[in-house]
Amino acid sequence: MQIHDKPALKAEARSFNFFYGEVQALKNINMPIYDKKVTALIGPSGCGKSTYLRSFNRMHDLYPGNRYEGEIRFHPDNTNLLSPEVDPIEVRMRVGMVFQKPNPFPKTIYENVAYGLRVRGERNKRVLDDKVEHALKGAAIWGEVKDRLQDLAPNLSGGQQQRLCIARALATDPELLLFDEPTSALDPIATGAIEELVHELKKRVTILIVTHNMQQAARVSDYTAYMYLGEMIEFGKTDEIFIKPQDKRTEDYITGRHG
Amino acid sequence: MTAHNASDLPRISDRLAKNALRNVSERIIEAILFAAAAVSVLTTIGIVYVLVSESIHFFAQVSIVDFLTDTQWTPLFDDAHFGIMVLVSGTLVSSFVALAVAIPMGTIIAIYLSEFANPKVREIAKPVLELLGGIPTIVFGYFALLIVTPVLQKIFPELPGFSLLSAGLVMGIMIVPYVASLSEDAMRAVPMSLREGAFAMGSTRLYTALHVVVPAAFSGLAASYILGISRAVGETMILAVAAGMQPNLTWNPMEPAATITSYIVQVALGDLPHGSIGYQTIFAAGLTLLLITLCFNILGQWLRRKFRENY
Repeated sequence: MQIHDKPALKAEARSFNFFYGEVQALKNINMPIYDKKVTALIGPSGCGKSTYLRSFNRMHDLYPGNRYEGEIRFHPDNTNLLSPEVDPIEVRMRVGMVFQKPNPFPKTIYENVAYGLRVRGERNKRVLDDKVEHALKGAAIWGEVKDRLQDLAPNLSGGQQQRLCIARALATDPELLLFDEPTSALDPIATGAIEELVHELKKRVTILIVTHNMQQAARVSDYTAYMYLGEMIEFGKTDEIFIKPQDKRTEDYITGRHG
Repeated sequence: MTAHNASDLPRISDRLAKNALRNVSERIIEAILFAAAAVSVLTTIGIVYVLVSESIHFFAQVSIVDFLTDTQWTPLFDDAHFGIMVLVSGTLVSSFVALAVAIPMGTIIAIYLSEFANPKVREIAKPVLELLGGIPTIVFGYFALLIVTPVLQKIFPELPGFSLLSAGLVMGIMIVPYVASLSEDAMRAVPMSLREGAFAMGSTRLYTALHVVVPAAFSGLAASYILGISRAVGETMILAVAAGMQPNLTWNPMEPAATITSYIVQVALGDLPHGSIGYQTIFAAGLTLLLITLCFNILGQWLRRKFRENY
């Protein structure tokens, strides 16, 4: 791995273990997340990549019996996101998430995007209008919806819904944006639009993306981590991982002999 | 499907014959199912027929305008008046009091059970709550008369022994389980992915419940409210026992009054000659009640369609 030209760290997992009750789902994960880069998590189903992703915004806190061990350090302030003293709501204020299936709220397009701002107590109509427009532009959906911001969001097409969800996450200026297989419910054209968007967004925000689709990982990411059975097998620059993986298991997966 | 050797397979003609037999049995089953469905439809039609045909006799003697505008309801007096608004007012006031209790309480309980309670609490609380819905209404009626009214009289010394307030409050408590249980079902049917989306935006549990789950479940909540309204409008025993039965055109819950249902029960218990005008008032009152609940059901259907879950 290269030592020089390494970008700044945005987050870092250190000896991170995760347990669903008694079952250990993640084992001793150590991994950097670089600032304003796209990092892809790949691996076969059940390897723990979504579990890992959902640890960054403490989604596991919503369900009883889950337990974190170790640290995920968040920079620049070096906060341990997993610390019990850290309020998960504060974490989620800084870390946005886009889900596998588009999940717009049963509200208007405008209110969906304004949601996070309202949660944060923003009342000023002009600020809201501005940020909603900015977020919709950032998610490359402004042109399609600007004339019908008061329509109900669930009436949009699947691809539009997903871009709306991205706009919703962007509106609050998150520092890290988590994507959990964001295109698995979408057709190829909508998928292409989302991938382009991810590429565009990394100018503004650090991105961590789980994907089942290796071509997608190769297309959109700067760094790739291969996970298998709850372990981080290999992490590196995407071109290096895909061209000459160091680990036999990574190679098998990438070449389609496994998974 | 089980594996067969080619020789085990029935010949094509045999298979056709079997299909024909299957068609016959399907037809028979369909007929049985249709008959079962028809019974309830025919019963409804029968009830409507009886109500309407008897009411026609009634309205041959009393004009609809008098029926709707007269301010007295004295069908059994020499100076007979047939102002249904007297009974409707009692029904609406007691229902309003009941719903003022049942809808907020039921919704709050549903939000708690669906969004806050841990599974163990919910597993115990929900059946207990539903048990409350199984208590006979006559028990609720005496609860209102013997316990709630005296307690209320401590707060409002001028409250009479029978009142719409007392009956309405207890009726509300009776309806709470229906509203809570149905609302909880509707809220639990909201997919977890919506909640996760809300939490991921940094919302608290309460904010998620009020701003995402409740709007998403709105059509189900509306349906539960409509059911609550229908229960309140049609409730009889609590009102007959605790609200007094004297017809009284009032919008004040602190007074006693008869409702449509309690009037019907009162008159039906007496021995009115068949075909007399007093006898026919039962049907006119019943028809009015049916129309009121019909309105609410139509409103409910409309709300359901307008706010169909589209998550």
